Amino acid sequence: MIATKESNRIVIEPVTRVEGHGKVTILLDEQRKVKQARLHIVEFRGFERFIQGRPYWEVPVLVQRLCGICPVSHHLAAVKAMDRIVGGENLTPAAEKIRRLMHYGQFFQSHALHFFHLCSPDLLFGFDADPMIRNVIGVAAKYPDLAVQGVMMRKYGQEIIKITAGKKIHGTGAIPGGMNKNVSITERDFLLKDLDQMITWARGALKIAKDYTVQNLEKLAPFGSFDSNHMSLVRPDGAMDLYHGNLRAIDSTGNKIFDQVDYQDYLQYIAEEVRSWSYMKFPFIKSLGPEKGWYRVGPLARINCCDFIDTPEAESARKEFMAVTHDKPNNITMAYHWTRMIELLHAIEKIALLLHDKDLQGTDLVVKGTRRREAVGLIEAPRGTLFHHYVVNEQDQVELANLIVSTTHNNEPMNRAVQKVAADHLSGKPEITEGLLNHIEVAIRAYDPCLSCATHALGKMPLRVRIVDHEGNVIDEKVKA
Amino acid sequence: MSETVTLTIDGAEIQAKPGQMILVAAEEAGIYIPRLCHYKGLKPHGSCRLCTVTVNGKPMASCTQPVAPGMVVETKTEALNQFRRQILEMLFAEGNHYCMFCEKSGNCELQAQGYRYGMTAPRYPFQYPMRDIDASHPDIFLDHNRCILCARCVRTSKDLDGKNVFQFVNRGKHKRVAVDSRARLAGTNANVTDQALGACPVGALMKKRVGYAVPVGQRLYDHKPIGSEIEAKASR
Repeated sequence: MIATKESNRIVIEPVTRVEGHGKVTILLDEQRKVKQARLHIVEFRGFERFIQGRPYWEVPVLVQRLCGICPVSHHLAAVKAMDRIVGGENLTPAAEKIRRLMHYGQFFQSHALHFFHLCSPDLLFGFDADPMIRNVIGVAAKYPDLAVQGVMMRKYGQEIIKITAGKKIHGTGAIPGGMNKNVSITERDFLLKDLDQMITWARGALKIAKDYTVQNLEKLAPFGSFDSNHMSLVRPDGAMDLYHGNLRAIDSTGNKIFDQVDYQDYLQYIAEEVRSWSYMKFPFIKSLGPEKGWYRVGPLARINCCDFIDTPEAESARKEFMAVTHDKPNNITMAYHWTRMIELLHAIEKIALLLHDKDLQGTDLVVKGTRRREAVGLIEAPRGTLFHHYVVNEQDQVELANLIVSTTHNNEPMNRAVQKVAADHLSGKPEITEGLLNHIEVAIRAYDPCLSCATHALGKMPLRVRIVDHEGNVIDEKVKA
Repeated sequence: MSETVTLTIDGAEIQAKPGQMILVAAEEAGIYIPRLCHYKGLKPHGSCRLCTVTVNGKPMASCTQPVAPGMVVETKTEALNQFRRQILEMLFAEGNHYCMFCEKSGNCELQAQGYRYGMTAPRYPFQYPMRDIDASHPDIFLDHNRCILCARCVRTSKDLDGKNVFQFVNRGKHKRVAVDSRARLAGTNANVTDQALGACPVGALMKKRVGYAVPVGQRLYDHKPIGSEIEAKASR
């Protein structure tokens, strides 16, 4: 991006270690007021191109390499599409339940990782606390119990993934039309051993997120917040369903934009806009157009979209959450943390139900039917709705692939959040401190984009900030380390 | 002519049959010598050189070298293991071997040799060759990206299946497996039941739509290194 003649420009680069190519630029005018702030994603992975020609059964294992944090989501979204390719979308009860167990295990570990490892330092120490303390090591030193819980909860989720997928990261469990293994009694009993402890800790994490949000509501409510549409999968009866369902989109006040849409038809409802300054596309709801059709996905959107949650503790937590906005959709960016912990509790409640289900030991694991040429697989990943769309030729090779990942849906919302925080907290300030810049990242981090991993780990963000005057001269440069 | 030949392998005195190759004699004595192009039921080929051992101090391919009385054979020296690692690294660098999503992972002999000989990353630059996949056959696919030119499919098709489906074409770095057809695999008389399919040590020649049917943890080399079944004979 070229510095404009009339403005000062601040660049935060990288914001992330997602291939290290995310950055924020902030343009200041002569009065040092924020004129424009943008989150650029300039990474390019090329998965959609290089899986062309590969055999379709390889895709669920191949595409999960997109990510090391939530590969299970890609594994399952891809395999749901391939289920339809082989005509095996009506899974046996055993296969569906084992997949669900894998998915809830994934939610549990991913949400625990984000809350304890990535965002808790901001919440526990403050947004502009000393970065030497504001990190996971700082949390471990001051709140050792919490740090241990975070590690152990993540481990528990990973153990579930290992048992169902074969490996903790990048397993092969889900195959077109079903699963390649069941859950043995020994494996089940191994997971049951720590279940009660995990439920207790999940309740505790939810309480921390809730209490923090309620106690700081006045400060958090406007922080990076704005009205938006929301989209997620819901079950036909309106319940939250993280594994399967139909699409529902609502506006900022709760009116339905569309409901119970079969995701095979997503192209009739969702389009993507390309902007020259980012490699990440901007999806929008077609009927509203690119200006008004952008929406949020992820925990906040899911809680806003669903009518209820089908596990008792998460449902009562949802009701408590919705009461804050009088049962209208909640548009507070920082409320993502609270909703994420409601889902954490929901995931462990679901895990408890599944572990007591004898179908997990079923041996009828794969179904096949009439071949299809084209299919879409959708799943609610921890970070939001994940679309996988494939065309497979008669020689079993992938001809076309289109992936819309959760972070892409949240592209416009994250940009709005960055703009809002920049305008509210950076505008007119004589000096841009590290603490002020962290405010920007706190807003991005609320969405738990794939960007957030590295930005916070150990608090050592290789962040370069450059302030350039209106003639293009560097007048200040800070390196955050 | 004596009934047996006495030689020394790794310090142990071994009785072998006259005319027997060192690799086979060692195997019968419970000593594993690594191999890729060697395949049971086929004539020795001697192309991959992974089975190189020293015979009286001189390096030789043990799959093509017959035993002789009084031979002193070393199979496990550090220098030999270094040499084997180098061969493996060249094989990995020369093709497009992506173990992380290859369905042969866990059952692949090349990968298993890499693990057995402690290969971490190739020291040679990856060549990233442009190679295609022949998916034309209804039940078989041929992924040239993973081919290591061991000729096991070529020889099995000819000698065991009696078909001649595969041959080599071109030379040097352009050498590749071609099929007995100007078109593609679909135009040949290859069948999914051919023994040639099972002969491929890597994921180049595969039965379609099997994929990852065997879970991680139950695959051939998930728990024991390649060759341990041979070494188990010695411990019995």
